[in-house]
Amino acid sequence: MAKSWKMPKWFYQLGSPRWFYDISSRLLPWFAVAAVLLLVLGAAWGLAFAPPDYQQGNSFRIIYIHVPAAVLAQSCYMLMAVAGAISLIWKMKVADMVAKSCAPIGATIAILALATGAIWGKPTWGAWWVWDARLTSMLILLFLYIGVYTLHSAIDNEVNAGQAGAVLSLVGLVNIPIIKYSVEWWNTLHQPATFTITEKPKMVPEMWVPLLVMVIGFYCFFAVALMLRTRTEILQREKRSSWVQQLVEGK
Amino acid sequence: MSTPLLEAKQLFCERDERVLFEGLDFALNAGEVLQVEGPNGSGKTTLLRILSGLSSAFEGDIFFQGEPVSEVRDNFLQSLLYFGHLPGVKATLTPEENLRWYAALHPETDTMRERILEALENVGLFGYEDVPCHSLSAGQNRRVSLARLYLSHAPLWILDEPFTAIDKKGVAAKEALIEKHAAAGGSVILTTHHELAIKNLRQVNLGRIETAELREQPND
Amino acid sequence: MTNSTTSDLGLGAVFWITLKRDLLLAFRRRNDLVSPLVFFLMVATLFPLGVSPEPKFLSEVAAGVVWVAALLSTLLSMDGLFRTDFDDGSLEQMLLSPQPLALLVVAKICAHWMISGLPLTIMSPLLAVMLFLPDGAMGALVVTLLIGTPTLSLIGAIGAGLTVGLRKGGVLITLLVLPLYIPVLIFGTGAVQAAASGLPINGYLAILGAILALGVVLAPIAVAAALRISVSN
Repeated sequence: MAKSWKMPKWFYQLGSPRWFYDISSRLLPWFAVAAVLLLVLGAAWGLAFAPPDYQQGNSFRIIYIHVPAAVLAQSCYMLMAVAGAISLIWKMKVADMVAKSCAPIGATIAILALATGAIWGKPTWGAWWVWDARLTSMLILLFLYIGVYTLHSAIDNEVNAGQAGAVLSLVGLVNIPIIKYSVEWWNTLHQPATFTITEKPKMVPEMWVPLLVMVIGFYCFFAVALMLRTRTEILQREKRSSWVQQLVEGK
Repeated sequence: MSTPLLEAKQLFCERDERVLFEGLDFALNAGEVLQVEGPNGSGKTTLLRILSGLSSAFEGDIFFQGEPVSEVRDNFLQSLLYFGHLPGVKATLTPEENLRWYAALHPETDTMRERILEALENVGLFGYEDVPCHSLSAGQNRRVSLARLYLSHAPLWILDEPFTAIDKKGVAAKEALIEKHAAAGGSVILTTHHELAIKNLRQVNLGRIETAELREQPND
Repeated sequence: MTNSTTSDLGLGAVFWITLKRDLLLAFRRRNDLVSPLVFFLMVATLFPLGVSPEPKFLSEVAAGVVWVAALLSTLLSMDGLFRTDFDDGSLEQMLLSPQPLALLVVAKICAHWMISGLPLTIMSPLLAVMLFLPDGAMGALVVTLLIGTPTLSLIGAIGAGLTVGLRKGGVLITLLVLPLYIPVLIFGTGAVQAAASGLPINGYLAILGAILALGVVLAPIAVAAALRISVSN
């Protein structure tokens, strides 16, 4: 494997599962509260108060779920690949656990994005599924997630599983721009000049501010889900270390 | 005292939530033969795989000629001959082709035809050089792999159970070969169930740690 | 210690020896060579049977069918790329060689392409005729397959390296690799369709070439890393 570069001390501290566990228990409540507040606020604002779209009427309101989910699904993949790279290069345990936790969360969010896209498609195109460039890219992203997740669960040894998953997600990361580009190009070739709804409509601030709130809310929710999963993973893997045993006995 | 050829410091390895060894220290000097001992499942093969660099599932440091092995990897691999559980012999190739392929991968291996035939003769495969390996027995395949010992000039040999599938006379010949290798300044680290008749044999025991661990966690 | 009888070879020589060895291995098991080709042919036969034998319809889908069949057929043979080496211990010896692993990997992939992708490319005009591909697109089909199939082998090798230690590698590898094949499929079929409508295809070929170049540079590194992980299991 690659040579290890020396990094500052805090970087290695970040890699200590115990440190992550402590800091995440302090951060969790804040993120949880922020997620709930932002999601409730954004949803109410977007669904009830934002003005309807002049072309699509009220059906456009699903973007308040669809767009944040689509954005988050992509960033989650990036995080998974970057965390995987960190765990490969610096053998950092927490990064490995974060990468592992990303796959199922990311896949779920990608499914959410696809489902909302399909629901949006029905009133707009009259069909549940249309081979739209963005939806197709999202579908392929879901395939990539499924690949990483399946590979993870196929390998018994968790260290090897983490490393293999990291290599695959990095390969995927290199491929994502190529896939996106090729799918967009393919789409223009096969559906010339049709009106694409998933392209952002020209939005007035009353429309995009709640969207922004929703996006931030989704990120907070993602942080909460990721921390919870990673914490479970930490407890599972470190169950024989003294601090976890003390924690369990203390309760 | 000169720096040892291979040195392990504070090796720790656990497998399936069971500690195989911890705090393991040893040094292997030029001209020494080191036998890794321990009951089945005590991690002998794992240790050899770690030392050869095949497995990275361990903590601790390994030094080659005084340098961390990860930093002198090329040099280390050039000096290494590894004989593992799997013979590394292709069934569809003949013994001679297999040995030539090995020689291509590992410089410091003899490639002259006479030497290859001689090596095959030494492992009791005289006349088999052109027979595809799939028509040889499993034991014969292991012996094809063992023939590398006669061809390689690598100073460090890591041998995992090299004497299975060899008769008594063969074992004596291999012991003589190992002694000769050590006398010429080479080093050997090996596992075996045979009683070795080798002078200056040193031993590392993985068994003690293992049994202590077993007593602590029965049925786990 | 070096003397003239030992094998101190340059990188080029090691590449050739590995390539020749893999070709020899494949040649000695000739039956295995034929099955991906027969598979290729069969998949293409299923479309007229399953959908419609009408020439107009077939000529429209021919490019896609041939490409998809080539993709699946490459995948089918991919699983074996490292499997026997893993099972008999040759892979361990490759990892413990002072020769760069990525170089050995490239040689093996090259050999794999010569026994899978290249025969597929050569066979593709036959399928194209059966599926009524317009004559003008024939050349484009062969050229895109010629540039595209090496990429398929390179990407597939990553999947093969990651799954070589697993018992159920065969199914898993398709899940890992197929999504990564999509750009090659899109540009490959795109070029053939463009040629069928009389448009220039230089741009497509350039993109396919660029993807191949990227693959040649990056895939061997990923495969080498994947193999180290799989063997250390």
